[in-house]
Amino acid sequence: MAFVAPKETYAGKVFEVAIGTDKPVVFGGENVLPFHSFEGNVPSRPVIAFEIQDTAPDDWPETVKKAHAGVSGDPVTWAKHCQDALGAKAIALRLVGTHPDRENRSPEEAAKTVRDVLAAVTVPLIILGSNNVEKDSAVLVAVAEAAKDRNCIIGKAQEANYKTIAAAAMANSHKLIAMSELDINLSKQLNILITQMGFDKEKLITDPMCSALGYGLEYTYSVMERIRLAALTQNDATMQQPMLGDVGMYVWKVKETQAPEADLPQWGSLAERGIAWETATAGSLILAGAELLIMRHPEAVKAVEKFIDELL
Amino acid sequence: MALTGVEIFKLLPKTNCKKCGHPTCLAFAMKLAQRQASLDSCPDVSEEAKRVLGEASAPPVRPITLGAGDKAVKMGEETVLFRHEKKFVNPCVLAVEVKDTLSDDEIGRIVEGVLSSEIDRVGQKLRVDALFLSNASGDAGKFESAVKAVAAKAPAVPLILSTSNAAAAEAALKAVADRKPLLYGADESNADAMAALAKNYKVSLGVVGKGLDALSSLTEKIKGLGVEDMVIDSGARTAKEIIENNTFIRRAAIKKNFKALGYPVITLAQRDDAMLEMLVASLGVAKYSSLIVMSSVEKWKDLALFTLRQNIYTDPQVPMQVEQKIYTIGETSAESPLMITSNFSLTYFILSGEVENSKVPTRLAVLDCEGLSVLTAWAAGKFTASKIAAFIQESGIGDELKNKELIIPGYVAILSGSIEEKLPGWKITVGPREANGVPAFLKSR
Ligand code: B12
Ligand code: SF4
Repeated sequence: MAFVAPKETYAGKVFEVAIGTDKPVVFGGENVLPFHSFEGNVPSRPVIAFEIQDTAPDDWPETVKKAHAGVSGDPVTWAKHCQDALGAKAIALRLVGTHPDRENRSPEEAAKTVRDVLAAVTVPLIILGSNNVEKDSAVLVAVAEAAKDRNCIIGKAQEANYKTIAAAAMANSHKLIAMSELDINLSKQLNILITQMGFDKEKLITDPMCSALGYGLEYTYSVMERIRLAALTQNDATMQQPMLGDVGMYVWKVKETQAPEADLPQWGSLAERGIAWETATAGSLILAGAELLIMRHPEAVKAVEKFIDELL
Repeated sequence: MALTGVEIFKLLPKTNCKKCGHPTCLAFAMKLAQRQASLDSCPDVSEEAKRVLGEASAPPVRPITLGAGDKAVKMGEETVLFRHEKKFVNPCVLAVEVKDTLSDDEIGRIVEGVLSSEIDRVGQKLRVDALFLSNASGDAGKFESAVKAVAAKAPAVPLILSTSNAAAAEAALKAVADRKPLLYGADESNADAMAALAKNYKVSLGVVGKGLDALSSLTEKIKGLGVEDMVIDSGARTAKEIIENNTFIRRAAIKKNFKALGYPVITLAQRDDAMLEMLVASLGVAKYSSLIVMSSVEKWKDLALFTLRQNIYTDPQVPMQVEQKIYTIGETSAESPLMITSNFSLTYFILSGEVENSKVPTRLAVLDCEGLSVLTAWAAGKFTASKIAAFIQESGIGDELKNKELIIPGYVAILSGSIEEKLPGWKITVGPREANGVPAFLKSR
């Protein structure tokens, strides 16, 4: 029996999203499963954004804190370092300092930080709240205005606060991350709610919620695969948004990235183990369909970029 | 392709005699189609039907066992393309290469690394499963002695003998054929000789074809020579080639029932850069490789790959769970605290790890919640005051304690009142929400 390559063509495609103004980057746009360039178009590669925050990363584990030592005390210096020294293609600024349990910074302070960072870098910016549902509504509205017309990504809008955040993103011409908790139906429903407000479906990015390797990665992996299949096979426009893997935040809190080798010799070197954890989590999520990743360790980013080079 | 119920029905005796335990032949046929019954149950089925049904029901990816004894591993038998459809069946085998050009010391170090690679994670024992011995020297004598050295140092580990030289292969097989190694080395130039060896020594055969067309012809030829147990290599080496060829192979086998590619896939993932090697191996884990060969053992890399393999190969319908019972951590006494949690492996694993960190001997009551996390189980009505109370009461654990006190997870603080009502004489204490708060909490009591 002769072999005939069982190629598949799909009815739908993922929306292509461009962010930034000076040095825009583009992701999404493929009409096939991840890296299936043998049966369709894969016009862009996944984009990796370096994560920085508005407060010094004192709560990050040693391995990744060390990688940003000397620059991470101030978001502007940190952002420039990522862009100029690390070659970041995008930067994700997380405003953790606005959380009521942290420094409880005001929306105005957050807006100033955003303005300063935007003035210092030319690569696109992703602006994230502190994941406090109420506070994010106020903070993200202020920063969306501060970043007006810079074509940023604002996030994250969740079921409980999407209205104000989506309205602010729309009024100031930004893209928007819609996050739900590991459930394809909830994810679809949130995209519908946001687009029903008049928000352009092609300016949304879906965050189905990340999990770290060994801590529920299989849920994120499968939800992403299912979302991508729905986008392609059913041509479902509420599932065709590019997907985000917010990797660093989940990875750098699990035990494998922190436990010293002296306590767990069978786990091997701590520094490599931490980097490997972020690398492997990110690597599997791009295979499941993530087009945008937020990561922390420069070595992990480098490894994933090499992997993408090999996949394309 | 699998037959439908109606197609199967046409092959049955159609007497509705009920001897199979089903009311009609059609009902039995439907069960067969869903793989919920076995053809043996019908005593009157014809030989012809047995033949047709047997062929149709053979798994689309042939099962192959590598090695013999306790450490033997199974490959193949996969039935789907995506893990959410159905559990991936046989976790891919991880192997490390040993070249016959290495010094004894270097060989010893790699073998030692493989032998000590086993770790326990969420109750499963995970390890580097196999050694891939390669005839890098091209010399038959060198290969034979390297194989013998490795076989002696690692008496139970499954072996893959990698050579395209039939003389080298035979010398090695003479030494280790009883360990059921995989002979990896049939290609277009040596297929006849290698197939003859695989047949004589009763081992499975790795088949290398450049591209899927050539590979298909080669497996058909080898099957014709009487070798059925094969592991296939399409020559894919870059990540791009691996994802393309592995996808086509899995699709062809499962969706088209294309027998010539219905075998487990071997992927050579060796790279100089260990982090990149881990990623290429991850691609194999996620996308359909059954046997992945790496160049080195590093504990951090192994841990990441073991964990990924475990994640990808868990059952999407049935979360990994631990048995309902009261576990003790450390040397507990009548004064030691008692905590309750759900039986989701991940929850148990994280929580028991933190309890161990605290060095405070503790009893951990694990309630059967069908493998759901604490909050999910609570939301699904499986981590309830009544179930908790019944479990604690039936366990009789109260008799062993000086003070009847039960610590519940912070996320379900809301349950404390109703548990107190249902467990008269007990004090309910709300613990921290996150497990990482547990050591401080236990130490401060
Ligand atoms: C993955 C997940 C699922 C998976 C299930 C995975 C599983 N095996 O449990 C699936 C997709 C099947 C699922 C289904 C549902 N889920 Co769900 N799910 C989650 C998610 C994203 C993560 C849960 C998880 O794995 N946590 C990790 C484990 C380790 O956490 P844990 O068991 O709580 O243990 C921690 C602590 O509690 C503590 N701890 C544990 N034991 C103990 C004991 C003591 C004494 C102490 C002190 C501490 C302690 O230590 C652990 C680590 O810190 C959460 C959201 C979230 N971000 O938490 C929602 C979540 C739990 N789900 C929720 C819901 C409502 C559901 C559903 C009812 C409906 C739905 N949304 O789909 C169904 C019910 C399932 C059913 N069979 O009926 C809600 C619960 C809402 C609430 N507060 O009541 C959540 C919070 C999401 C949300 N915000 O809506 N879910
Ligand atoms: S035993 Fe065979 S012949 Fe009798 S009812 Fe069952 S399938 Fe039909």
